Amino acid sequence: MAEHATPLGAGTQAPDFTLHSTPDQTLSLHELKGQRVVLVFYPADWSPVCGDELALYNEVLPEIRKHHANVLGLSVDGAWCHAAFAKSRNLHFPLLADFEPKGDVAKQYGVYRHGDGVSERALFVLDEDGIIRWSYVSPLGVNPGADGVLDALEAMDRVGASEQTPSNAGVHA
Amino acid sequence: MSTRGPGRLRPPVSDRDHAQGPRDAPVTLVEYGDYECPYCARAHPIVKDLQRRLGRSMCFVFRNFPLTEMHPYAFHAAEAAESVGAHAGESAFWRMHDLMYEHQQDSERSLDDEHLVWYAKQAGADARRVAEDLLDDAFADRVKEDFLSGVRSGVNGTPTFFINGERYDGPWYDVGAFEEVLREAAAGGRVLR
Repeated sequence: MAEHATPLGAGTQAPDFTLHSTPDQTLSLHELKGQRVVLVFYPADWSPVCGDELALYNEVLPEIRKHHANVLGLSVDGAWCHAAFAKSRNLHFPLLADFEPKGDVAKQYGVYRHGDGVSERALFVLDEDGIIRWSYVSPLGVNPGADGVLDALEAMDRVGASEQTPSNAGVHA
Repeated sequence: MSTRGPGRLRPPVSDRDHAQGPRDAPVTLVEYGDYECPYCARAHPIVKDLQRRLGRSMCFVFRNFPLTEMHPYAFHAAEAAESVGAHAGESAFWRMHDLMYEHQQDSERSLDDEHLVWYAKQAGADARRVAEDLLDDAFADRVKEDFLSGVRSGVNGTPTFFINGERYDGPWYDVGAFEEVLREAAAGGRVLR
């Protein structure tokens, strides 16, 4: 049975990382400072379902961008695997290879499944300062959808508009 | 970490929806589907079977969720169904709906505009008006509305089903189990997931 860590929650500074986005390019989280970021951790490329999680995020990308947020997909697959997968699914956002040391970033975010050797299906919404504002780990085998992410981004828009400290930014009822 | 339940249908079923069966039936099954998705095509006869089994106890509602990056014909197919419904009525909408799923696997082009217009005619609509609607994107906003409502409801792929407003994460391909869940929901029991 897989061992479960505790995922980082709202209010936590998101750990920085540098990972390959293509076989010859890397991307660091701090490069995106000043922008909102949605981190989509998923177990593996080539999930055999139609309309899988990444395909869904790909379709919803215009809505997410309306809230000034970028989407990054992360799994333990290597950069060449990601490249082939992204091409086949026509993905319009980067897939990062949490490949060496394997699952290191997933471990830092508390979403690595020891024993299974893959990350959970986990979502983190980061604000412009790299603070986690919302996070969610989906039950095994259940694609979480994109509603929680959009709700979190909308809540951030409202807080930004009223300049109040959110007491429940991390809770989606 | 956030704690949240499964997706909830929003907005709830209303007059704008395409529905089969009594709208005040004790159980309402909503499907978000894509006419080009092979899994939805596989679910199509299962839904028909459930409709036969549940009879007047169930209202079935279909909303569009075209995955356009994967399925080049899906958006136009959804627009065509809406166009047929608008011009020729609800029963024509459902005939169009059935025709597209029944013919989806005929060939790689079985959902291109030429075929869509032909199905529209079979369904009882004026083929020229449907062709014009496709050119004018007349029902694009309507289809996008459905898609966004699906996103906000927690649709996580196609098909996604909602039973009395709650996302059903169980196996839809097991018609017996699905029927049992629907009967339980109809009887006012909690939806098993």
